[in-house]
Amino acid sequence: MVKSEVEAAVAAVLDPELQMLSIGELGMLREVSVDDDGNAVVTVTPTYLGCPALELIKADVAAAARAAGAADVEVVVSMSPAWTTDWLSESARAKLADAGIAPPGRVSLPLLQPGCPRCAFPETTELASAGGAACMALRLCPGCGEPFEHLKAH
Amino acid sequence: MTALFDYLLGLGDDALVAAQRTAEWCARAPQLEEEVALANVALDQLGQARAFLTYAADLEGAGRDEDALAFLRDEHEFRNVQLVELPNGDFATTVAKTLLLAAYQNLLYTRLAQVAEPRLAGIAAKAAKESAFHVSYASVWTVRLGDGTPLSHRRMRDAVEEVWPYTHELFEPWAAPEAGLDPAALRGPWLEVVGRVLGEATLTRPPDGWAATGGRAGRHTEWFGPLLAEMQYVHRAHVGARW
Repeated sequence: MVKSEVEAAVAAVLDPELQMLSIGELGMLREVSVDDDGNAVVTVTPTYLGCPALELIKADVAAAARAAGAADVEVVVSMSPAWTTDWLSESARAKLADAGIAPPGRVSLPLLQPGCPRCAFPETTELASAGGAACMALRLCPGCGEPFEHLKAH
Repeated sequence: MTALFDYLLGLGDDALVAAQRTAEWCARAPQLEEEVALANVALDQLGQARAFLTYAADLEGAGRDEDALAFLRDEHEFRNVQLVELPNGDFATTVAKTLLLAAYQNLLYTRLAQVAEPRLAGIAAKAAKESAFHVSYASVWTVRLGDGTPLSHRRMRDAVEEVWPYTHELFEPWAAPEAGLDPAALRGPWLEVVGRVLGEATLTRPPDGWAATGGRAGRHTEWFGPLLAEMQYVHRAHVGARW
């Protein structure tokens, strides 16, 4: 019973860079286990090896697990298998688009260019390969003339 | 120590020193977008360095961690190639260094992602995707500058020629049984990738002349000491300090 509560609580922890998404929706949460004494082990996969938000996410996960009743919490960072944007849920993609961030295409279709998240204009151009976060590119929509961020397929 | 420990130090040190050097562009890049892009390249390298050095420290089991390896080793104990310690020079030099290193790292990581050793393969699989972005970023600028104005063409050409002698070290014999990889085998595919970008940039591949060597054995250039001094100063001045 504690396990399901801990699992729900840590899955709902918000990503510090993409605050419209939880780490559950991002596909960063790999495994939650709780032993008989209520000690939880939470395994997460970072989106980027150097993701500066990882330390904060680990602290938030530990706090959420404790608040849900875990006695002690260990957060394990697992690199393998490597995280991919393909693990983003459909609801996560929709939330990104609602927030004005073009969701990533499929890794297997790297040439698929993102359309404008505001006006749906299909052909947009890249302004900069890195945006406000390592995982973002900055693009421009010739349709509405607005720049927008794009979560790169990865 | 084991061959794998030394191998991980080499992988980690290449990434760590590249991160430190590239990050020197912060607040100095020609425009904001490039500053952010270069900072992100440096951040990726730093993340890779942390993963490899943490792994090396765990393997050693001597009570050292990633910080001890990064901040408490001296110059001769670093196993990085000399390419990553070269000064940044102008923007073209940085682009050339980034292209030549990232093309190598991408090929290396892609192969290491297939090895049986799961922790090495896991880090490499993630790092391979990141280095693919670095190749793409540096390729765009190599072509833009090389196939640009006569001035930008000359400076991009000079940059590639200046850095080229330091690329041979990437393909020197250096291995661990777990990696099962002869670096010399990467040079053919590397020349193909680099040659294609240079061709599109209307540049020609420099002839192979003298070759820098010694980094993997702890022999470094005169530029390395000052880089380490800046990187390690705070950690050594405030021993055991925590955030």
